[in-house]
Amino acid sequence: MTEILFYITGVLLLIIFYLVYKALRLLYISKKRPLTSVKSNDVNAYLMLAFLLLFLGGFWGYSFYVSDEGLAEAASEHGDRVDKLFWIATTVILIPFTLLHILLFWAAFRFRHKKDRSAKYYPYNFKLEISWTVITAGTLIALIAMGIILWSDVKSPPPKEAEVVEILGAQYVWFIRYPGTDGKLGKTDYRLIDDKNSFGMNLNDPAATDDFTPPRIHIPKGQPVLFLIRSRDVIHSVFAPHFRLKMDAVPGMTTQFWFIPKYTTEEMRSKTGNPDFNYEIACAEICGRGHFAMKMIIVVEEPEDYREWYQQQRSWVSQHPAYLSNHGNQNKYK
Amino acid sequence: MLGVIIILIILLFIFNRAYIHRTRILAYFIEDTKEAKAIRSTKEVHGESFVTKYIFSTDHKMIAKQYLLTGIFWAVIGGLLSLLIRVQLGMPEMDLDWLEPVLGRWITDGRIDPEYYLSAVTMHGAIMMFMVLTAGLSGTFSNLLIPLQIGARDMASGFLNMLSYWFFFISSCFFLATLVVETGPPMGGWVVYPPLSVLPQAAPGSGMGMTLYILGFVTFIISILLAGLNYITTVINLRTVGMSFSRLPLTVWALFFTAILALFSFPVLLTSFLLLFFDRSFGTSFYLSDIYIAGEALAYSGGSPLIYQHLFWFLGHPEVYIIFLPALGITSEIISTCSRKPIFGYWFMVLAMLAIVFLSYVVWAHHMFTSGMDPFLGTVFTITTVIIAVPSAIKTFNYIATLWGGSIHFTPAMLFSIGLISFLMSGGLTGIIIGNSPLDIQLHDTYYIVAHFHLVMGALAFFGMFAGIYHWFPKMFGRMMNKKLGYIHFWITFIGTYLVFMPMHFIGMAGFPRRYYTFTAFQYMDRFNNLNLFITIASIITFAAQLIFLYNFFYSMYKGKKAPRNPWKSNTLEWTTEKVVPGHGNWEGSIPTVYRWPYDYSKPGAPDDFIPQNIPLMQTKDSNTEEENNILERQRL
Ligand code: HEM
Ligand SMILES: [Cu+2]
Ligand SMILES: [Cu+2]
Repeated sequence: MTEILFYITGVLLLIIFYLVYKALRLLYISKKRPLTSVKSNDVNAYLMLAFLLLFLGGFWGYSFYVSDEGLAEAASEHGDRVDKLFWIATTVILIPFTLLHILLFWAAFRFRHKKDRSAKYYPYNFKLEISWTVITAGTLIALIAMGIILWSDVKSPPPKEAEVVEILGAQYVWFIRYPGTDGKLGKTDYRLIDDKNSFGMNLNDPAATDDFTPPRIHIPKGQPVLFLIRSRDVIHSVFAPHFRLKMDAVPGMTTQFWFIPKYTTEEMRSKTGNPDFNYEIACAEICGRGHFAMKMIIVVEEPEDYREWYQQQRSWVSQHPAYLSNHGNQNKYK
Repeated sequence: MLGVIIILIILLFIFNRAYIHRTRILAYFIEDTKEAKAIRSTKEVHGESFVTKYIFSTDHKMIAKQYLLTGIFWAVIGGLLSLLIRVQLGMPEMDLDWLEPVLGRWITDGRIDPEYYLSAVTMHGAIMMFMVLTAGLSGTFSNLLIPLQIGARDMASGFLNMLSYWFFFISSCFFLATLVVETGPPMGGWVVYPPLSVLPQAAPGSGMGMTLYILGFVTFIISILLAGLNYITTVINLRTVGMSFSRLPLTVWALFFTAILALFSFPVLLTSFLLLFFDRSFGTSFYLSDIYIAGEALAYSGGSPLIYQHLFWFLGHPEVYIIFLPALGITSEIISTCSRKPIFGYWFMVLAMLAIVFLSYVVWAHHMFTSGMDPFLGTVFTITTVIIAVPSAIKTFNYIATLWGGSIHFTPAMLFSIGLISFLMSGGLTGIIIGNSPLDIQLHDTYYIVAHFHLVMGALAFFGMFAGIYHWFPKMFGRMMNKKLGYIHFWITFIGTYLVFMPMHFIGMAGFPRRYYTFTAFQYMDRFNNLNLFITIASIITFAAQLIFLYNFFYSMYKGKKAPRNPWKSNTLEWTTEKVVPGHGNWEGSIPTVYRWPYDYSKPGAPDDFIPQNIPLMQTKDSNTEEENNILERQRL
């Protein structure tokens, strides 16, 4: 494969050199005689052809060269479907991309001004217009149909048994909260936030007492996971590229995204051959000076390991008992 | 505060002037009175002082030049900012200490501050979009071409026209002030989403910088609205005899549609900024709620940042077409002229533009697929967004069909027009991908988007602007620009632009988010270092090539070859003026009458390969179509 590419590149380069040479020669000839517009016209026409080859050759060559570096394999179930549609749509656009560029530059070359040929007076062809309109519209409608079906699946209500993880964006850090053994996230209020209580948990709510806030996200492989996403200052955006997941964190509202991870972190480590591999969340909505480094790591585990990890977590309150006795303050925001 | 007072004083001044000139202004709008006709048809004969000729000019051609020069000024600044961005991304080790005299405290240890990086991104985007490609592009060519191509002596109201430039000028001053203010320019991206743009605690640029930014926009919007009203009125009322809508050059159609688009979308931006201003200054909660920042819970409650996003993009999306349509209008004209062939599918071109105008009002939320809005909206906006690709495709096909079978003269303007078609395809097609909501999940706010909009909007509109400048330079300055320099400028810029923006697709697919100061904090971004360096080098070369253009532009202004009356053998009316650079009033004698559409190139039977619009059918008996002969016949009876 690479060998063939190599040869193709070689041939392409030769042709391009030839065309440029031809163009330069024309320039040279025209230097000797007075520059007529026909000459500079030819120079540009040959350059058009050379550009066509350089452009399409360069594009396709480079695409093959980086094919595995661009869009890495998806690690979630909807991600596979998204990728499939992405490649279908990409194929659909690359065909006209290639053909139309060939047509465009070929037309520019072929129909360059020459003394003995004049342009054709041909202003209009109704059938042609209608047919390309209909063909374009038809193709696009097919793409739309596939798109909205997939969209409605991705955005469907999360399954009841989904593991819930709350992600709270704050300037330049992500905070994580799990509902604990009762499976319910406790109430919060932003007016209760302080240095330690980064979520503003209201401990009058019994559901809050077993919530825990680990430094990393852990999720089980092969099971639905629901991210509940909030922000406490400006807009951030949870972006986990491997899972094809992105959702803004907006102050004043809760957004959500659910998905099913396909590979554990360990599996990805052997897949990618990188022993330090980690799933990462980046922030994708500009949020201030630390925007470029707002990182969270997701650990995907086998379900058993995940359960075990879950059991071991100590609730936030047990680490900050002072907040339990501080009820008076908390009552305000029942 | 001072700004507001200044604006009030200026407004008072304007009203005063408007009152004094009321008969004149009214006369322009009321079509049928005798006085009005008299006023419109007399050439203005008044002594012109330096001030009224070059500064407070009401002549549309001078105003066009003012827009152009201001636009070029901003393009240089916007370009330099983009270099700063690229240097940080591609050559982070480079020592930038020498920039300290300019950037002051934003340079530490030879590196640009992350906050100033965000400011640079913000100001680069805003300057390029509004100052250069809205005011500089559509301002220049609407002013220059609308009256000349429809056969009018000037705009409907020269006075409002002058005002619109001077509001733009004030807006430019605010933008300049924004760039140099102590706490830095806004740092929220050109979209300045709240709460980031409201809270100085979140980013220092949201303080004074943001206030100036808003003032800049308010004056800018006033300028656009004044100009838009004027363009629309002019096109509707001041077309010369015979210039029916079906004979309007596509350039005028495009500029006309642009004005309509602007007129109905910019007021919404004004509204969204007004509410933003209230939230910032008076503590209202339109956009904010539940915020804890800098150790303090703020009092805002009940607002939603999504409201801002909806309002903003209701302008924001039409805005990209406000940038895009004039460029396409300009090149429609050039491609037809330089292929010596009528534009293919004239009415389909017009209808496609009309469709774009309508559709562009109902696609805004494709910028918000991942914003947390109701997923159902995602479905709706996917449908409208992908459908808007149809009219753009029609335009592309028509362009290629125009070239096909032509006799192409590669003037610099033509080269840039062909480059524009190429960008229209490579940038437009990716729109089909990111307009599809499930695919946008991954690509939103990554470099894929940066690649997409730079090609289809940035590069495309810039090429339209270059094409327009090369083509109509003789009309503006009476001299020709140097062709060879034009060719060199084109080839370097064309190749360079692709080298800068094509690779960004791959970077974006790999998940590199935009508006990132560096890509060092994440494991998955630990690649493409060389590619980023490559892009930076390419963008420096591309920028350098623009110096060739600047040299050519200013040199040719004074020393270029004298231009003939109709250098491109074109059909439209602007080339029928007696003087190459017409004076006030455009035509010295009477206004030309129009007998045909503007695309009679290479008509069979005609002695020349072009027939200007003002040549009567009587004189072209050999080349008239049957239909045209019938018209003649009827006239004779
Ligand atoms: C020399 C040519 C140019 C280069 C090298 C360039 C480069 C860049 C870069 C690197 C970014 C920042 C991406 C990021 O960090 O998110 C950017 C943003 C942007 N550019 Fe350009 N650009 C160029 C010309 C233009 C033009 C002609 C336009 C006109 C429409 C334009 C409009 C924008 C906009 C709207 C943004 C987004 C700003 C934001 O994120 O808020 N650029 N450009
Ligand atoms: Cu961020
Ligand atoms: Cu849009």
